[in-house]
Amino acid sequence: MTAASATPATPTHPVSGALTAADGPVAAALRSALSDDRVRTTATELGLYRRDASNIEGSAGIVCFPTSTAEVRAAVRIAVDHGMPFVARGSGTGLAGGATPLGGALVITLTKMNRILSVDPVNRLAWVEPGVLNLDLTRAVAVHGLHFAPDPSSQQSCSIGGNLANNSGGPHCLADGVTSAHVLAAEVVMPDGDVVVLGSEGGETDGYDLRGAFVGSEGMCGIATRICVRLTQNPPDVRTMLFDFDTVEAGAQTVSAIIAAGMVPAALEMMDQLCVQAVEAYIHAGLPVDAAALLLVEVAGPVHGVADEVERIVAIAREHACRTVRVAQDEAERALIWKGRKTAFGAVARIKPNYYLHDTVVPRRALPDVLRQVYEIADRHGILVMNVFHAGDGNLHPLLVFDKREPGVLERVHAAGEEIVRVSVAAGGVLSGEHGIGLEKRDLMPLMFAPADLAAQAALRAAFDTTGLANPTKVLPSPSSCGDSHEVPEGAWI
Amino acid sequence: MDLTAFAAEVATDDPVTIAGLGTRGGAVAGVRCVSAPRGIEWIQADEMTVSCGAGTPVDELSAALAAVGQRAVLPAGGTVGGALAVGRSGIRRLGDGAVRDVLLQARYVGADGVVVKAGGPTVKNVSGFDVCRLLVGSHGTIGFLGDVILRTRPIAPHAAWFAAPTDDPMAVFAAVHRPVSVLWDGTHVHVLLEGHHLDVVERAMRTGLVESDGPPPLPAARHSVRPADVVRVTAGLRSGTFVAELGMGVVHAAPDAIPPTAVDPGVAAIARRVKDGFDPTGRLNPGRAA
Ligand SMILES: Cc1cc2nc3c(=O)[nH]c(=O)nc-3n(C[C@H](O)[C@H](O)[C@H](O)COP(=O)(O)OP(=O)(O)OC[C@H]3O[C@@H](n4cnc5c(N)ncnc54)[C@H](O)[C@@H]3O)c2cc1C
Repeated sequence: MTAASATPATPTHPVSGALTAADGPVAAALRSALSDDRVRTTATELGLYRRDASNIEGSAGIVCFPTSTAEVRAAVRIAVDHGMPFVARGSGTGLAGGATPLGGALVITLTKMNRILSVDPVNRLAWVEPGVLNLDLTRAVAVHGLHFAPDPSSQQSCSIGGNLANNSGGPHCLADGVTSAHVLAAEVVMPDGDVVVLGSEGGETDGYDLRGAFVGSEGMCGIATRICVRLTQNPPDVRTMLFDFDTVEAGAQTVSAIIAAGMVPAALEMMDQLCVQAVEAYIHAGLPVDAAALLLVEVAGPVHGVADEVERIVAIAREHACRTVRVAQDEAERALIWKGRKTAFGAVARIKPNYYLHDTVVPRRALPDVLRQVYEIADRHGILVMNVFHAGDGNLHPLLVFDKREPGVLERVHAAGEEIVRVSVAAGGVLSGEHGIGLEKRDLMPLMFAPADLAAQAALRAAFDTTGLANPTKVLPSPSSCGDSHEVPEGAWI
Repeated sequence: MDLTAFAAEVATDDPVTIAGLGTRGGAVAGVRCVSAPRGIEWIQADEMTVSCGAGTPVDELSAALAAVGQRAVLPAGGTVGGALAVGRSGIRRLGDGAVRDVLLQARYVGADGVVVKAGGPTVKNVSGFDVCRLLVGSHGTIGFLGDVILRTRPIAPHAAWFAAPTDDPMAVFAAVHRPVSVLWDGTHVHVLLEGHHLDVVERAMRTGLVESDGPPPLPAARHSVRPADVVRVTAGLRSGTFVAELGMGVVHAAPDAIPPTAVDPGVAAIARRVKDGFDPTGRLNPGRAA
């Protein structure tokens, strides 16, 4: 099946300049509902909010910074009253264009709503505002021996609201589950201005799981203003191991064998040779730069179980011709190993100035074959590719590195990227494991879903957003999104 | 699994209901009844996934998975489709996570008789809106499950129930590392621990727990309260008449033991729009509420 073709470049909800002007009616209403200094309309400031961490650019009409549920509600109402689309924005680290405003939308930035409202260390849950940064929550509850389990690599800067809206994952989601499993409830300002609480502290409410439907809705079903998250007990013991292999296949087979042996490690991460070389040049951790693949395995839990699993995992790795085994001897060594994994993106910058990070999932058993195809695709397009990924759940992150000053390179990067997505889906995989669809993969949705499947998703969205103004034209390609016409901004794939 | 025949049975116009083994409420009375295909399609132990017809008995699935050392997080009894449609977790939710998280992909027959796919086959997936989450707990009011792909988990090497008399159950709850279940019946805490047998024994000893025969029998009705309110709410109930799941806010007691909480009108309005969007004529499981 081919991706839906894009329709003309007319914004869905063309917002007139008169509405968004500094002295226009929307700005004036926002200023009186919020405050003068929290409503921004200058070209410089709007420019800062025209995209997220993807390379897809849109245009913001007005940017505002509410500090309470009441202010978010007022902002949503004002936008809807004027027929103006609005976009919730957390830290703007999203990689799929989810927070990219289109056609002069109102950007509702939640960074000033960043208070941890309450922590119940006994029942292990917390209420937070959406702008709280992921790592800040984990740091704040560390005194209770707890943490927030989803740990995206961007955890120092991404917000819990963004995590919820993208249903984000991270290395430690293999054993403990992605964000959806850690969100018990959310207070949501609905696009029609209603304020509701979806879900409950107990986590299993009567009726439809509207909480579950809201998680991962990429800002298209309303704006979360308070979030109740589950906190996880820190493990009494943690062991981190590194194995290296002569072939990617041997590394991938080790991953499958560990799982088939009945173990679910806390994390199972893989890096290929080019990536290891880049990271080693950057952090000097003594990584084996001549290996084809490096596997990071972390086991966590009570001591005896951990010791037993370390032994069994080392044996499995040896059976699969692993060359060397390195078990972190102390917390410093563990931190160094993880630094290698988490700074992979920074390390890449030393090779080429630009990168495009992909995100697909394939069945674990298909990893070697899909990786082979990824190398072949990148080769054919003359692009350098590195792979650093969540091998435990088959979540690939091919990183295409390039210098955008090279003529024609962006076209090749996009062409290679689309082929990577296609081979992943063809191998029994899915379009995205954690970054979401946004604008980036919107028009590839038909690779995975038939029109009836997309219509069901559109029905879910329509049940939440009766106005069609909450972050419109994302995620669903045009035929199923109830007449939304589609603007295709610069940088999106089509 | 070929769902053509099932879709034809569900058809497109008249009111229709679906039943599994009838252990969780069964069919709507007086309405034409269908049942979902039965059978395990495949088990992929190295992917930790299984595919089966929604009409497959949970116990049949569990037995097949046990043969490869795995299990699906579904409460025992009835059919897979019934367990998902009701969406209620058992007493192991604290350690296992909720039933709703077990469903990776579903193919269901919608009100218009068309087969619809929700979710995807891999253990991690954020491709589009999460229709799977709506299906779990929907009581067959937005679509009839045909076949599903579920996440599986390894069976722990060792599992044991423990108990201890206490009047401060939350202190025990706070002290144990990642128990699978902690129940309180007014006089005793009952704790299920799993893992390496030495860890299980040591964790129990450290908290003064003694190995027991298993969990107490559960009273008929299941009530939801705030987890922080469990001890206060059950203080008004006679010991032995309730079993509370600590940390989860679930109290099993007599049907009238705890007043139900009213549904917020805003939430009810969204639910109504969900139903109208998926089943505009109200033909699927008519009269039943999610
Ligand atoms: C270097 C780097 C590494 C990354 N690593 C990972 C990773 O390991 N795993 C992973 O999953 N992701 C990763 N990401 C992607 C990104 O960090 C996550 O998607 C993150 O959750 C986005 O959070 P944010 O606050 O930046 O959201 P934004 O980018 O601001 O917004 C993301 C989406 O959420 C919506 N939104 C934001 N707040 C709300 C709210 N309160 N209510 C409703 N909708 C809202 C927006 O409209 C948008 O659609 C990475 C990104 C970078 C740049």
